[in-house]
Amino acid sequence: MTREVWVTGTGLLSPLGERPDEWWPKLGDPAALAAAIDTESYTPFSVYPIGEYDIDSQIPRPGDQRTMGPLMHYGCYAAGLALEAAGVKGNEELLLRTHMVVASGGGERDWELDHNILENLAKAEDRGVYLNEQLSNELRPTLFLAQLPNLFAGNISIVHGVAGSSRTFMGEEAAGVDSMRIAYEKILAGQGDLFLVGAAFNAARPDIIHMTHAGGYVLNQPVDNLWDRPRDGVAFGSAGAFLVLEAREHAEARGATPVAKLSGVLSGLSDRSEGAAARLAEGQWAVLSANLRGGALSKKHANGALAVISGACGSGPITHEEQVFLENIAAEGPELAVRGTGRAIGHSLESSFIANAVLAIDCLARRAVFPPLSPEAPIEARVGAAEVDQVLITGWGYLQGEGMALLEAIDG
Amino acid sequence: MGKGNGRTGGKPIAITGIGVITPLGQGVEENWCKLLAGTSGIHAITRFPTEGLRTTIAGSVDFLDLDRPTPPALSRALADGAAAEAMAQAGWLDEEDEFPGELFLAAPPLEHDWQTRHELCHKLAAGPTSPYTMADATFRPNEDLSQAHRDFTFGHLAGVLARKYRTQGSPITLTTACASGASAIQLGVEAIRRGSHPAALAIGTDGSIQEEALIRFSLLSALSTKNDPPQAASKPFSKNRDGFVMAEGGAALVLEDPDLAKARGATILAYVRGCGEAADTFHRTRSNPDGKAINRSMQGAIDDAGIAPEDVGYINAHGTSTPENDKMECMGIQKVFGRHAEKGLAVSSNKSMIGHTLTAAGAVEASFSVMTLVDGMLPPTINYEVPDPNLPLDVVPNEARKSAPDFALSNSFGFGGQNVSLVFSRGAD
Repeated sequence: MTREVWVTGTGLLSPLGERPDEWWPKLGDPAALAAAIDTESYTPFSVYPIGEYDIDSQIPRPGDQRTMGPLMHYGCYAAGLALEAAGVKGNEELLLRTHMVVASGGGERDWELDHNILENLAKAEDRGVYLNEQLSNELRPTLFLAQLPNLFAGNISIVHGVAGSSRTFMGEEAAGVDSMRIAYEKILAGQGDLFLVGAAFNAARPDIIHMTHAGGYVLNQPVDNLWDRPRDGVAFGSAGAFLVLEAREHAEARGATPVAKLSGVLSGLSDRSEGAAARLAEGQWAVLSANLRGGALSKKHANGALAVISGACGSGPITHEEQVFLENIAAEGPELAVRGTGRAIGHSLESSFIANAVLAIDCLARRAVFPPLSPEAPIEARVGAAEVDQVLITGWGYLQGEGMALLEAIDG
Repeated sequence: MGKGNGRTGGKPIAITGIGVITPLGQGVEENWCKLLAGTSGIHAITRFPTEGLRTTIAGSVDFLDLDRPTPPALSRALADGAAAEAMAQAGWLDEEDEFPGELFLAAPPLEHDWQTRHELCHKLAAGPTSPYTMADATFRPNEDLSQAHRDFTFGHLAGVLARKYRTQGSPITLTTACASGASAIQLGVEAIRRGSHPAALAIGTDGSIQEEALIRFSLLSALSTKNDPPQAASKPFSKNRDGFVMAEGGAALVLEDPDLAKARGATILAYVRGCGEAADTFHRTRSNPDGKAINRSMQGAIDDAGIAPEDVGYINAHGTSTPENDKMECMGIQKVFGRHAEKGLAVSSNKSMIGHTLTAAGAVEASFSVMTLVDGMLPPTINYEVPDPNLPLDVVPNEARKSAPDFALSNSFGFGGQNVSLVFSRGAD
């Protein structure tokens, strides 16, 4: 029998809150969406930061909290939410064979120290000697551990006791897609039954904004017009997003309640010449649309319209290309109810795809899709999708990497 | 399958090409000759001033032709050089078809060095004394800044390599700290076994020796401070071991479904027979004193290979030369191999000669494990002058040894509790 991959737990810490009953009403409320944006701290750039949350509820030991920066806090926290929701948290027998595939960048640096060094380096008589002295005396030994990406997973192992295996993928948006894809493929092939998949991103970081700005990829205008911006640039958003993926048999045997079925996750690397990402996505759509209820080329999806939770990053040219791609598949196949969540929670890089998976699963739970987030955009104009039981998620990196997945409600 | 206990292992995966660059030199041949001769690649650091530092030695790779050996540039050159050698040996550079496999790249979390950071801030900042102040909205990037941005992103290098070597799908960049190189191989083996693709390119690279990286490890008291003479600092399993020596390197392995390799008429150097891994939940830099995660890792690889511990004739140890690692690794070997660890099992550490190539180490040492099987020679553990009576292993002291083990096991253990073990064999039976 072909194996099935179920989602048995989700966790999302987002700029709109951490519980579905917190974020759902905000997704339909323009004032709440506006309130999620910080336009002051990194002016002229906007970020979507994480607000207050009860860190002690998932990371109780102060020592653990101290050895991590915000990035790892977000991840560790969301991982705890997902493990809890799946009924895995605290279950040693299950945790011993829970495999972790996560996506992460590096942790936070000591900005103040960096700032001081950079200010004084030019004036230093001997730069080498000055650097050695500053770094030897001022770097906190444990800071290194808060910066190493593999300790993102290492900390989850330590705090939550996940001990099966631990792999950390790096590489921006694609790393998040691939963490989900590898876990999915491994479960299908019988290379494991129980996986913790996730990522986190801290948008409120001067180094990331600074370096991304160096490449010309930070949005320096208002965050509206997600789908129709004249040039490159993204507005970053913070997030921690996790899923527990599980073989159906395994979930059934332990009596776990599934929240969705993952029917496919694909990732690719186009060369980003004009139209290349769309061509790659068309191939992915050809594979995933075979699972659509009502058929791939039926003009009417069984839901009236197929809900699409898009990770469109909002960087002008590439998001425009994604819009054309979505318009084309809507022209040939089912109507689409597209929602570009970057407008609501910002672009959370490694976490973007998995955060959208959690939002998609929330849509499945409610059998509904939230209102358009960019009401001015024609691509989001199709409002209706009733009895939502399938959701497509898309995620294209602002520089590279194209991902797509299909999530479905489990009947009965 | 294995001749051991009759358990059935996972499908053997063929290795058809390897490539290596370490401080000992460029290419498998030069490296292997020097390893067998017991040559050390550790030297005084000349890349940056070391005044005031406790550790002033490393196994940096200084012979590549680069404008400036920044971590992104060097890590790229090491990965590319190793991949070119491995793909050429496997015959894939001459094939018309695209390489029918994914890329798994073990890479360090690349950061700009201080010189680059300094230059960038002055090109970007609104005022000359506010390095992290944001520039105004009229700013437009130039080629220099665009390159600096791409080098700052973790996915860039894998994208470049994937296009160059025409690998399939989305290339994966990964880190499991010092186990990364082995994790890349494991991901490749798994992908082939589940039928995703019939081949995989696994690369480990690390060119990140600069002031801050050295000082960070130094602050964790992880590095040897026996700077003089540099060649004697790395002394795995010795009683007077006092830390590891940072090094740089790159290694690549071409993995193939044996059916594909045979159909192409490619030479199969050796096989990956088993992979094991386990996460430790104990501490960020130390293993749980019970050693269970290390044991699970080795036992997992042996089980996956479908053999018995006694079938393993040689262990290419993680052997970092830190007091902690070598003790824990020895305990784990004694636990998993029992009396076989006392007699008949040779355990040596390449790190005695090349230092610890960190992210690349698992791939570098996998390549040398393959050479051990191909050549029937065990590389030594050099600088073994003061044996540690608490670590009674046959460490192949100081001189290479002729021996033809059927199975070799390679260990890689990382900060943060990630442990990976791989089992290799010369033939598929």
